[in-house]
Amino acid sequence: MSTGTTKLDVVVSDVVPVNELVTRFHFRRRDGQMLPTFSGGAHVVVEMRDGDRTRLNPYSLMGSPLDTREYTISVRRDDVGRGGSLFMHRSVKPGLEMVISYPVNLFSLDLRARKHLMLAGGIGITPFMAQTAQLAGEGGNFELHYTCRTASLGTYADVLRERYDRRIRLYHDDRDERIDLDRLLSTQPLGTHLYVCGPAGMINWARDRAASLGWPSEAVHFEHFAAPQPGLPFDVTLAVSGKTIRVGEQQSLLEAIEAAGVDPPYLCRGGVCGQCETNVISYDGKFIHNDHWLSEEDHRSGCKIMPCVSRFEGRSLVLER
Amino acid sequence: MAAKSIISRPVYGTLSPQPGKHHLFIADAEGALAISDMAAGAPAGFFDGAEIVFIPGPDGKHVDALEALKPGQFHQAPSFASVLPRLKQTLSNAHMGLRLYLAGTEGLIGQAMQVALEAGIDHTSMQTEHRGSLARRMQCVHCKGITENVTTQPATCSHCGLLLLVRDHYSRRLAAFQGVCINAEDRSEIPPMEEAFP
Repeated sequence: MSTGTTKLDVVVSDVVPVNELVTRFHFRRRDGQMLPTFSGGAHVVVEMRDGDRTRLNPYSLMGSPLDTREYTISVRRDDVGRGGSLFMHRSVKPGLEMVISYPVNLFSLDLRARKHLMLAGGIGITPFMAQTAQLAGEGGNFELHYTCRTASLGTYADVLRERYDRRIRLYHDDRDERIDLDRLLSTQPLGTHLYVCGPAGMINWARDRAASLGWPSEAVHFEHFAAPQPGLPFDVTLAVSGKTIRVGEQQSLLEAIEAAGVDPPYLCRGGVCGQCETNVISYDGKFIHNDHWLSEEDHRSGCKIMPCVSRFEGRSLVLER
Repeated sequence: MAAKSIISRPVYGTLSPQPGKHHLFIADAEGALAISDMAAGAPAGFFDGAEIVFIPGPDGKHVDALEALKPGQFHQAPSFASVLPRLKQTLSNAHMGLRLYLAGTEGLIGQAMQVALEAGIDHTSMQTEHRGSLARRMQCVHCKGITENVTTQPATCSHCGLLLLVRDHYSRRLAAFQGVCINAEDRSEIPPMEEAFP
């Protein structure tokens, strides 16, 4: 069992198409009990048995933390991705028994904040569904700015508008509506915290503008579910378990290690949480570090790698696993 | 500079110019020197929009040095208590982008930080630099009275008169170190009083 990822046996209780790209999945516990409590921003890792392959994808819980009879996630179909979202869309039907991890929160609200300013892009809306529900229940002060490509792809925009009215501000790319970010950031009262979830470009833009405008980094929170980047296949030797394995083009190093029967710890599978950090014993070649966890010094040293997102090109790589 | 002993004991840094839209400095006595030193490395025009609140103390030194920085606003005050209403007003009207710089004695840094925390600024995002006296603001854990400018170990509570061991245990909420009775078992035992926080 991986550290921090105790499993839950669930059954798919409902599958609801939301729009042309997004489908919502509902899970209940097989034993009929309540699911564990979670806080807004938490995700679960969903195990998908896809033939002889097990896929593990993280998805934000989007239901209200005040109701744990079921968990809900929303999955955006990615036709050119690695196949996890396609599996969810094509193969997951009501009644299917699945295994998911306990919730993990790497994007929690800082409840000391005077005000919560949220920026969502596309499917990045999902953690905010739970966070706004949590804050609304506690009478919290929040404001959500949501950008989507078109009105029909504004997933849950109508639900949010109905629930929270003027606290929700929508921006549609096809109507050329843009967030006036500098103005927005400069007019927030002291004690405001910023939360961003969306494409990497949006996160980088918001972090960069916030830093330049004097927002302390402690008040800026972000979450990006980065899928592992594909690359050239490479071989790796696992010193502790004495195995030599091949990492495929579309496979992450972490997935290859798991497929070889080794059970390394993980939480986010997106290069941010640090849980799967692994020591490098020796190498001849070059690392392609895609993580946001290790320092630049760690990257240069060649002593550590985050196998969930990072790759390697070269002749030999030996890891302490 | 204060050494770190236990987790709650504050440690201070060195002021450095931060990106931001407004810069608010609060300093007392030799804290002015921390601001002057920082100014040497600050980008041109940094002080144009800055506000400096300065409490010079009895010797009245360093005022000229701060005025020479030509800050957007400069205020001189006789005590922290006298700047408190102004500080609260400034912070309650402030927006994100305001950066806070605190320099001088621990009592000044701690009390200004306390007000800023209440206004929603995280303590880790404030710039602090300790300069000058090591005198402590102390709370008597028995009568809860606060004694300012404690320089000795042990120290006498100015409210209830107990003889207190001044601990490194610090309360950010009270902006004070904790003083605990040093001779609770036998009041006739009077340890020698030494200057510990000059």
